[in-house]
Amino acid sequence: MSKLTIKAVSVWRPGKTKAFLLRLLPLILLLLVWQVGSRVSSTGTLPSPLAVLSVITTEAWSGALFLNLAVTLARVAVAFALAMALGTVLGVAMGRNKTIDRLCDPLLIVLLNLPALVVIVLAYIWVGLNEAAAIGAVVLNKLPNTAVTLREGTRALDKNLDEMARVFDLTFGKKLRHVVLPQLVPYLAAAMRSGLSLVWKIVLIVELLGRSNGVGFEIGIAFQLFDVTRLLAYALPFVGLMLAIETFILQPFERHISRWRPPHGA
Amino acid sequence: MELDVSIARKALRTASGQTRSILHDVDFSLRRGEVCALLGPSGCGKTTLLRIVSGLDADFEGRLVLPREHKIGMVFQEPRLLPWRSVAQNLRLVGTSSDNDLAEIVAALRLSRHLDHFPGELSLGLARRVAIARAFAVKPDLLLLDEPFVSLDAALAARLREELLALVLKRKATTLIVTHDVEEAIAIADRILVLSAAPGRLIADRTIEAPRGALTEARIAKLKDAILSDIANASS
Repeated sequence: MSKLTIKAVSVWRPGKTKAFLLRLLPLILLLLVWQVGSRVSSTGTLPSPLAVLSVITTEAWSGALFLNLAVTLARVAVAFALAMALGTVLGVAMGRNKTIDRLCDPLLIVLLNLPALVVIVLAYIWVGLNEAAAIGAVVLNKLPNTAVTLREGTRALDKNLDEMARVFDLTFGKKLRHVVLPQLVPYLAAAMRSGLSLVWKIVLIVELLGRSNGVGFEIGIAFQLFDVTRLLAYALPFVGLMLAIETFILQPFERHISRWRPPHGA
Repeated sequence: MELDVSIARKALRTASGQTRSILHDVDFSLRRGEVCALLGPSGCGKTTLLRIVSGLDADFEGRLVLPREHKIGMVFQEPRLLPWRSVAQNLRLVGTSSDNDLAEIVAALRLSRHLDHFPGELSLGLARRVAIARAFAVKPDLLLLDEPFVSLDAALAARLREELLALVLKRKATTLIVTHDVEEAIAIADRILVLSAAPGRLIADRTIEAPRGALTEARIAKLKDAILSDIANASS
């Protein structure tokens, strides 16, 4: 009997479950506070969780929720990929070459300090109310951040390994894949992590200001109608989706590429 | 591979902006297959000389003549392995060797059990072996070794030296090995170039005539005395 219990416990891994429950606790508390708040507040300003859930279901049923989520997600994906790719190229070039660094550094500082809203409005005015302007504005907001991070990474590249690659006459491709990229991985991962959250927040603003679909657009409509239920019904599933991408795609990817590191304290 | 080195002067710029001469009038040539030790006190420019020969440092007055087509295998003082690649991947990355060839090198350096390990899991001695294996994996015409036995304990160093020597002789690579240890130089080389303290000048060029392994204790002691007196004469 006692043996059975021990087995059951070892499969169950109480440590992990406890950690999971601890992380869940604040969310449950938040739901409770929300429920209580919705009872106390005047009608309309804070709908109950169930009311929001019912709108989510209706919107999902009609397909509008998925369509808007998909459109926004596509914008996030394209802007994220472009900002990462261009920012990486620029950052590596600036880290390697002093002239390029001196030429681009002031522009980066300007971009880093320019409010996202200014970039977005100017992009819509100059390029037009179209998809290119929307994506371009998001990319311009994220790009300097990626470039600065990757510039740091490039400056920190190990000179000893660089010399090794030179003496052994590695081809450019081999050097990039086996020597340079693995050293940039922590910097790429940092840029990606901060990048995704920044990009999706800016995409919503871009949609609110100048697109006719997507989660940001729906939130804009909800705002005009003062419809908090609808606002939350679009915002919450989208936040959930972004958290899921972060947890189930980005984090496992990061673990996968840094698996060679011996675990700390082991 | 034949090699012609003729360095009139090599200077380093110090932090205060002044230049300091570290090599002066160093001229020598190596014949194909020669195993040459570069002996000298710490800081005399041995490593700098090796870097010049490897092509990593082209900022010197003089000239360096190498055959047009040549492969260099180099062992740095630190192993300089890629920590994110396994031992096997580290060897294959640089290597043009066939699998059989690589297996032979790995066996000669007793690394077979460690092929799947990452460099971070290896002791310094093992990491050195991997670095040596990597240098052989490129089928080098010219093998450059920078203090490959330093900071290993005496028994380990002696064993590694024998394994290395066996590989060098079997593969007939022209070899330049930097060391500050006279006995080590005598044990491994068939020619010893002695550098003075900085700025390094060539103060002796001794060829060891007797075939390897045939050196008697007395002969080794005599050689050692001769080299030590070379050094003493140069500094007086």
